[in-house]
Amino acid sequence: MKQDRHIHVAFVGNPNCGKTTLFNAVTGAKLKVANWPGVTVEKFEGNIEYEGYQLKLVDTPGIYSLSCYTIEEQVTRKCVQDDDIEAIVNVVDASSLERNLYLTLQLLELGKPVILALNMMDIVKERGMEIDLHRLPEMLGGIPVVPVSAAKRTGLDILLHAVVHHYEEGPKEDVMNYGPDLEQRISRLESMMKDKYPSHAMTRWHAIKLLENDEQVTEEHPMEIAGIVDKSCEKEIIHKKYQYIEEVVAETLFHKEKRAATTDRVDRLLTHPVWGVPLFLCIMALVFFLTFAVGDFLKGGFEAALAWISDGARALLTAASASDWVISLAVDGVIAGVGGILTFLPNIFILFLALGILEDSGYMSRVAYVMDGIMGKVGLSGRAFLPMILGFGCTVPAIMATRALETERDRRKVMVITPFMSCSARLPVYVLFSDMFFPDHPMLPAFSMYVIGLVTAILVALVMNGLEKGKVNDSLLIELPEYKRPNPRTIRVYVWNKLKDYLTKAGTTIFVASIIIWFVLNFGPQGMVAQAADSYGAMIGRLLVPVLAPAGLGMWQIAVALISGLSAKEVVVSSFSVLFGVSNANSAAGMQTILDNLHAVDPGFGALNAFCLMLFVLFYIPCAATIGTVKKESGSLRFTLGLMAFWLIFAWACSAVVFQLGTALL
Amino acid sequence: MTLYEGKTGCAYKVRELSMEEGLMRRLQALGLNEGTGVRVLNRKRKGALILYVRGTRLAVGKHISAHIEVDPEEDER
Repeated sequence: MKQDRHIHVAFVGNPNCGKTTLFNAVTGAKLKVANWPGVTVEKFEGNIEYEGYQLKLVDTPGIYSLSCYTIEEQVTRKCVQDDDIEAIVNVVDASSLERNLYLTLQLLELGKPVILALNMMDIVKERGMEIDLHRLPEMLGGIPVVPVSAAKRTGLDILLHAVVHHYEEGPKEDVMNYGPDLEQRISRLESMMKDKYPSHAMTRWHAIKLLENDEQVTEEHPMEIAGIVDKSCEKEIIHKKYQYIEEVVAETLFHKEKRAATTDRVDRLLTHPVWGVPLFLCIMALVFFLTFAVGDFLKGGFEAALAWISDGARALLTAASASDWVISLAVDGVIAGVGGILTFLPNIFILFLALGILEDSGYMSRVAYVMDGIMGKVGLSGRAFLPMILGFGCTVPAIMATRALETERDRRKVMVITPFMSCSARLPVYVLFSDMFFPDHPMLPAFSMYVIGLVTAILVALVMNGLEKGKVNDSLLIELPEYKRPNPRTIRVYVWNKLKDYLTKAGTTIFVASIIIWFVLNFGPQGMVAQAADSYGAMIGRLLVPVLAPAGLGMWQIAVALISGLSAKEVVVSSFSVLFGVSNANSAAGMQTILDNLHAVDPGFGALNAFCLMLFVLFYIPCAATIGTVKKESGSLRFTLGLMAFWLIFAWACSAVVFQLGTALL
Repeated sequence: MTLYEGKTGCAYKVRELSMEEGLMRRLQALGLNEGTGVRVLNRKRKGALILYVRGTRLAVGKHISAHIEVDPEEDER
């Protein structure tokens, strides 16, 4: 029996080749998500059983080449070099075979079994192109080439069969011949390596990398290579690879681009020199409109469920004759704090659904091109706009995405402004306060926060650029993938992972924060207090009232909410719920209670104050997770602390100016 | 001429890349080498352009396109 046979398989491919979709299709979305060791790049793993083999599949980040310039390349390279990986599935976008094969040739040099998954064959057919599936494997050293459709889930079994079969057969012969001069250098290096590192398995791969002056290989396996390697070798190796690819393409690809691609027609509109930017703004406006409108529409069901749970829990605990403080902790603390946040799930769902569709359709990278002009004026490349868009979802991955930027200077600039893009956690605050204080047009103030945040981000970048007087280094370089119909499966996995994060946060950070807030508000120097006004929370909050008063936020309750919001922005809403004993802040009754309570403290607390609160929440220090990420990604505590001070002062100054001007004018 | 001066819809052949090492290697990995044929698909008046290279589209900024020396080529389309 082969029951105990394990094969460790890595999925490797270019960005946008449909690798993740294929991976999800093969593993059935039962994924284990972790981080690659040492870096915060997500690692997806899945296990399946096939023909008596246990296949352990791992998805690697999309890369163009096995060099080590980007974190993604380093991660993938380390993974495929690892002895654990016994077979490689190279996912190739058949519609851009020429560029994709470059990585394939590099993978083949590793000397491990490679299986080529030829994805997007439907696009190839659609365009009237044909690929010679007989000649292609021949020219790639006899490796299996399996046409698959990740979207339609065809060819998956054949692919898995090829993995198992090819793994048993072992690797094939060398494909590339670099010509007499380079080949002589390679074999000289190879024999030197065999002498110096006898246990080394991938000598040819390492010899080629040495010739390419690869930093990592040179460092890990230092050798006396002077006289063998010179500067022209690297260029020559790349050149030879592409020369060979041209031969392969000439022999295997027919009717190249008979029809103009639909993508070009769509691009003529979406990347239009004049209309590109307005169209982008319209698309984003639509996303947020849907987020608010459809999200609110779905909200009703959640409200009913939450009220039911809250009442049920209270009844149950009373029946079990639990003491008052236990009931209060469970109902007013945990259910109010956590439950209040869960009612915003529909809004979050729609937001991520829309972002997922934009991403999967191929539009996102166009945004980098479209916004390049505007970003160039503030001294950043259009690429810097991508982390900013991600910031609408969550600031943490957005800060991580700044890695794609070339210079440390650009990265830090983007880290300063990315939190100004309202993340999904701030959505509950906007929705709640807009609904309470702007009942006629609740969408307007909420939407204005997104626009204000975006405009402020660009203005701040402009000021930073002016202060530096550095030269504009517009080195935008990004691939624009084919437009495609978004794949429901990919979107589902994407949205589900995001919702899972949100739910996890509700169950961990917000859960703990709610308990702490409940404690701080129910206990004082005299022990458990009847009035929150006598609690520790009130004492701390009152200290800050004089500072917050000029910004129209001079209430100890608000001070407490803002401090607790440092754990996560939704907690601002949670703490109002806990503070006023509201089981569901996102319902008409709940809002009325909060409103009444706010007015009881300060009858003058009106729309202007609410707007200033929203502004403050938009600009002030982002959540603890973001701060941790900024610290990790910038590697500088000083920068992180300075940034926190800047955000805080900036938020205060903006709200204060708006409040003072507003009071004077209204 | 440099690619920055390229016109929408015209085809060119890369003569020389002259930029810092890291950027050049990335371009080369993407298939943009000496002798590669490219076509300008779209461009902004002053700034980025969209290129068609080896069956894929790349958006490149002015800093890059101004450092790619090209020769005009007869477009077969």
